[in-house]
Amino acid sequence: MKTAKPFKRGLKERILEWLMEAVLALCGFASVLVTIGVLYVLLSKTWAFFQVVPLADFFLDTVWTPLFATKRFGIWALVAGSLLVTFVAMITAAPLGILAAIYMSEFAKPQFRKFVKPLLELLAGIPTVVYGYFALTIVTPLLMKVWPSLNSFNALSPGLVMGFMLVPTISSLCEDAIYKTPRYLKEAAYSLGARKLTTIFLVILPYARSTIIAAIFLGFARAIGETMIVSIAAGLKPNFTMDVREPIQTMTAYIVQVSMGDTPQQSIEYLTIFAVGAMLFLITFAFHSSSKFILRNKFKIRHKKKRPRIL
Amino acid sequence: MTTITKILTAFTVVVGIFQPGCTCSRAAENIKLDGSSTVYVISEAIAEEFQKQHSGNISIGISGTGGGFKKLCSGRVEIIGASRSIKESEKKLCEENQVGATEFEVAFDGIVVAVNHENKWLNNISVSTLKKLFEPSAEGKILKWSDLDPSFPEKKIEIFAPGVSSGTYDYFTSAITGVEHASRGDMTTSEDDNVLVHGVFSNVDSIGFFSFAYYLENQQKLKALAVIDDTKPGTQAVMPSKQSIHDKTYRPLSRPVFIYANQKMLNQSAAKFLRFFIEQSSKIADDVGFIPLTLEDQKRSLDKLVQ
Repeated sequence: MKTAKPFKRGLKERILEWLMEAVLALCGFASVLVTIGVLYVLLSKTWAFFQVVPLADFFLDTVWTPLFATKRFGIWALVAGSLLVTFVAMITAAPLGILAAIYMSEFAKPQFRKFVKPLLELLAGIPTVVYGYFALTIVTPLLMKVWPSLNSFNALSPGLVMGFMLVPTISSLCEDAIYKTPRYLKEAAYSLGARKLTTIFLVILPYARSTIIAAIFLGFARAIGETMIVSIAAGLKPNFTMDVREPIQTMTAYIVQVSMGDTPQQSIEYLTIFAVGAMLFLITFAFHSSSKFILRNKFKIRHKKKRPRIL
Repeated sequence: MTTITKILTAFTVVVGIFQPGCTCSRAAENIKLDGSSTVYVISEAIAEEFQKQHSGNISIGISGTGGGFKKLCSGRVEIIGASRSIKESEKKLCEENQVGATEFEVAFDGIVVAVNHENKWLNNISVSTLKKLFEPSAEGKILKWSDLDPSFPEKKIEIFAPGVSSGTYDYFTSAITGVEHASRGDMTTSEDDNVLVHGVFSNVDSIGFFSFAYYLENQQKLKALAVIDDTKPGTQAVMPSKQSIHDKTYRPLSRPVFIYANQKMLNQSAAKFLRFFIEQSSKIADDVGFIPLTLEDQKRSLDKLVQ
């Protein structure tokens, strides 16, 4: 029997392989480099901002008017706007997304599912500028008929529309989690005489809950970073309020407004957008990491359990 | 070899591959315009007309009046549109760079104060009332119509105003509150005049101001207010119209708009274009919603042209 000749690489192959490895590493590091670059710019400009504006003016005020003659830098006016719209969006998106996922995975006939699922996912592919004008020109007038005290620019309408935009994001994540529920859990419930709805709400959803919570957090992070819809339909008025009928301005919409005008660079007005950006970054970062944390802990819990939970 | 060196080498290779080639420009004479978004409407129409009749490649940018002056005074463009006159600081910058900026009036524009059609309590507004509503001290205080005048309804005022970098905002604040850039901050501001029109149109309790051209386009949607200049005795309420802006009775919210040119730097076709611009401005201004200059004003502009 002949022994196989050991494969010997020529110089050309070695260089090629080395080059490939380098290119792949570069691709891997590209996003890291970009993140570091963004962080550097964001933090250095924010630092410059806080050289001029004391921290107390930023965090202990609720009026935001840096572009006007009487400048005030109360970031909470913008944070409140962002949170208000996000809250409306999540109240819409979370139940709709979860229920849609339940329907798709447990009730819908395969034929119907094949037809509806791509349509649902299409919602995520519509450009946000279209959603923005949809909110402004169709949803707001309709809502004003029902609720006359609603402003023509308000937090409710973009919030609702954003909620619908986020439904596919949340439902597809939840659907995966529902599919992953072990068969034996479901069958155990059925064999105990549980009906389908009981099984869903007492077995499947508790099993999938950490993924569902993570999906909601992800939706939250996307909603708070959403820019176009709120720039168009929510008004451009920094407003420290929790009233959804009022016009508001979100952090993202403020950044857009300032960077579109011709604000001179290095002026304090220009630096505000970096401070607002840093604040936004902090909030989104907190949500992203907590959703990661929840997802990671899910697996820990699952492995610890020795036997299926008895209901 | 470490990963870092690999990355650096690969990066060099990638950059080497995509090294941009020479993007040499053509020898054709380019005319560059920049500046105010208000004047853009006129410049664009005139440039189109000019290109039909003459050769020459005209590119028009929008960087606002302030941004335009910065470019003109640093010698990067030759002609800009401006919705206000040059400021002292900008003059200084021009002098430092030895750039001459000549001012040419091209048209008149009015700022219209408008309310919703459903508004039954206002037909005209005085400058002092506008001041009371817009001055910085009104912020957080004048919130309802009844705060402005006890006979008005006790409903919340929604205010829509142009963005703070627009010449319209600059002019309005200096004409009404007396200090440029001094106004309340708790209002909706947008650089896009269509947003303001939409806001006033769909909000019963709103008030807003924007340039006359946008009012003309949306006359059926809005109710314009007559303005009383009560800083001078014995004046009447004047509605904004082409006539009242033209004969300067619509005060104080009518203003000239300008172009500024660096005449020393003009090449042959740019000089031709500048003359064309000033000659044609009155005709074109009328088409695009501005108010043409009086004949003598136009003659004064033409006289400034270097032969």
